[in-house]
Amino acid sequence: MTTAPITESAHHDEVSHGTPWKEYFSFSTDHKVIGIQYLVTSFVFYLIGGVLAELVRTELATPASDFVSREVYNELFTMHATIMIFLWIIPSLTGGFGNFLVPLMIGAKDMAFPKLNAIAFWIIPPTSVLLLLSFFVGPASAGWTSYPPLSLITNKAGEAIWIASIILLGTSSIMAGLNFLVTILKMRIPSMPMNKMPLFCWSMLATSALQLVATPVLTGAMVLLGFDLIIGTAFFNPTGGGDPIVYQHMFWFYSHPAVYIMILPAFGMISEILPVHARKPIFGYQAIAYSSIAISFLGLIVWAHHMFTSGTPDWLRMFFMIATMVIAVPTGIKVFSWVATVWGGKLRLCSAMLFGMAFVSMFVVGGLSGVMVAAVPFDIHVHDTYFIVAHLHYVLFGGSVFGIYSGIYHWFPKMTGRMLNEPLGKLHWALTFVGFNMTFLPMHILGLQGMNRRVAEYDPQFATINMICTIGSYILAVSTVPFIINAIWSWIGGDKASDNPWQALTLEWTTPSPPPHENWEIEPVLVVGPYDYGKNHKMPVNMPPAKAEPVLATGSTTQDEGNPDVANENSEE
Amino acid sequence: MNVPSSVATLIVGIAITLISVWVGQNNGLLPTAASVEAAQIDNLFNAMMAIATGLFLLVQGALLYSLFAFRKRKGDETDASPIHGNVPLEIVWTAIPSAIVLWLAIYSFDVYQSVNSGGFMGSDHMAHAQSKVVNVSNQTQLADMGSGMANPIDDSLVINVKGLQYAWLFYYDGTDIVSGDLHVPAGRPVELNINAQDVIHAFWVPEFRLKQDAVPGAETHLAFTPNKTGNYPIICAELCGAYHGAMKTRVIVETPEEYEAWYSSRIVATSDNASDVAEASPHAGHQMASLTLNPDNLKDLQTPSVASQEIQALLSSAEPLTAPNL
Repeated sequence: MTTAPITESAHHDEVSHGTPWKEYFSFSTDHKVIGIQYLVTSFVFYLIGGVLAELVRTELATPASDFVSREVYNELFTMHATIMIFLWIIPSLTGGFGNFLVPLMIGAKDMAFPKLNAIAFWIIPPTSVLLLLSFFVGPASAGWTSYPPLSLITNKAGEAIWIASIILLGTSSIMAGLNFLVTILKMRIPSMPMNKMPLFCWSMLATSALQLVATPVLTGAMVLLGFDLIIGTAFFNPTGGGDPIVYQHMFWFYSHPAVYIMILPAFGMISEILPVHARKPIFGYQAIAYSSIAISFLGLIVWAHHMFTSGTPDWLRMFFMIATMVIAVPTGIKVFSWVATVWGGKLRLCSAMLFGMAFVSMFVVGGLSGVMVAAVPFDIHVHDTYFIVAHLHYVLFGGSVFGIYSGIYHWFPKMTGRMLNEPLGKLHWALTFVGFNMTFLPMHILGLQGMNRRVAEYDPQFATINMICTIGSYILAVSTVPFIINAIWSWIGGDKASDNPWQALTLEWTTPSPPPHENWEIEPVLVVGPYDYGKNHKMPVNMPPAKAEPVLATGSTTQDEGNPDVANENSEE
Repeated sequence: MNVPSSVATLIVGIAITLISVWVGQNNGLLPTAASVEAAQIDNLFNAMMAIATGLFLLVQGALLYSLFAFRKRKGDETDASPIHGNVPLEIVWTAIPSAIVLWLAIYSFDVYQSVNSGGFMGSDHMAHAQSKVVNVSNQTQLADMGSGMANPIDDSLVINVKGLQYAWLFYYDGTDIVSGDLHVPAGRPVELNINAQDVIHAFWVPEFRLKQDAVPGAETHLAFTPNKTGNYPIICAELCGAYHGAMKTRVIVETPEEYEAWYSSRIVATSDNASDVAEASPHAGHQMASLTLNPDNLKDLQTPSVASQEIQALLSSAEPLTAPNL
């Protein structure tokens, strides 16, 4: 009888609900506190980056450059991209969900290096303040790609601050990556072999490998660019014999894998969320697990597809085209597996599931346009146009951000011990889905028809479509309001969450919500696989769903129905 | 009526195929095709669009159908059936995408080879191209008498392109012609040797479907054959500073007769003004900076072009122009 985790959970309840709020402002080494610190901090930057995006869209509502000056416009989109990538998506997905979930999913008490973990987080707040302070001296305005020579001659002070910020944020990311890699490989409970690991852990393994291998190259590029900018060396500056294309290679050697750093954790979360709410095992566990590793490896050898028009030699163009297209295969395996997981399930259409299915739906669009732009002859036409803007937002917003939202709705009960409000969640989902598609779908047409990106003014023939995009972006802005109200309100006074409100089978649901310090008093034992749904068709109907997780411990619900211990716990709750 | 699932699947499959093929051929998403290359690239795009539409409908259809058909019924607390996978199905959806991308890679390669006939594009042929440019000064006198055919081997019209904040300048190879907009005859291959004065720019003509970055300190190349007369925009596609969005000019594709007339008029005009224009050779980079910034120099360009009008508009505007201070 392996009901131990459940009896333990009753013990913990009064302890775990008392995480003092001051803890969240401290140098805590608790991975759960750090995870929430990451999530809340990065969400604040999502809002700041969002305001910048709305200013950009407002300028683009009309063809003329008439809202902000052209210089300010360039600063706005540069900072929008920088904040969204380095202060929202990467920290929230790896730092936020990775920290909160990985130790809980593998049965560990904490990360392998708790202090390193705290340092990695605490690099971010001062760095982000530094980056925002650059608005007082004129922030970087050469795009988030910061190509020299342009980045060496415009807003030099802001550019120097930008370089320093990227180096610091990259350092934080390397620390986090190292920590995840060691934690996943070494901290699993003995009863969990690699191929019983939740798929989120597989995707974090793939992500952390990329963080470790690719990020140092970006740091190197930034150091060299900083030398060029500040002390006048000529690594990339053609007036001194430098080569600006070398910078592009170094930059994209990180920044293409960064796309996978931003999407692989979301892949992992979706692989967790869909089976729980479809009440069906994940379809093709091994294919999904190994495809994460394949994507991680292939992601390292495709960077020059960002440089098809940079004067890249023919053989390089062909190599990178084929390598890029090959990534469609493991990605396609994932998408088809998710669809097959949902197919024939018994879908509980809660907000987490709706965002999860929307993730698959939107990511497919970004994936298909991704294969198209891999084809060199076509990319030569659409490179640096709004087609690319549309493509990258379908991947990073329709993919990563929808994934983050799905994850928040799914794990909020575990993180806070409170349930989110479902009607507000569905309103949030509907507004986001409509606003997102209205903003970014028409951009495909703009790019194909001939509108280049990063422009403050454009040909009047594109006015109507741009106006639609701008209105869509305002809907997208409004869509965050129900979410913010929901999150704050529910955190303070939402319905109490049980240990396992979704009847999920992964280990994080065997501990109280929120989990106590060090997660479990007695190390949990893996009794059922992470996705063994449907083993019995007689889930107890009359029991509150909150206590259905004995399924995990016993592997059989028939025993639970007559189990007096379980009944007692229910009455205590 | 109870339609057998195999028949339903067949009907859905045929419908998706037909819709995809139709969308591939009739999407109308691309602008006018005005070069030989554009037609081939459009065929590639249409093929990809058909495949993408098919996959899009398949996945979105399955998701939408699931959303309605497989939602949990009220009161049903049981799980769905424990299907962990299906190896033949997984092999199918690994093999088919692999076949598609393999085919697509070969097709794209083929289109690229034919668009880039002679391996001219990119910068790997830099040594070859530079020797060509060095020869220009020697050929100048020769070509002055001729029709501007600087490349005697094929019939290509060679033009040296310079991108600078925020204009394009076109130097007709072997002549003294400098123009702010690009005149080319329909039906004749054009080769561009592209260079940048200050920062990276990108030469893009949407109607030709072709784009090439202009990189300072290096020379890049682009080859195309315009085949449809008309005026098309030349757009800078790489962020180059505050006025990046205003860095536009046009390519004027003319009939060979019209082009010849324009060409002769410019030859006459430039010879009147030879001393000024001689300075504006592709290698006089530092002088180009003063050309951009000094309105007096702009008058030396014989026909006020779109680009030079842009420059003058910028100079007269109140907002300060960022000097290319490299």
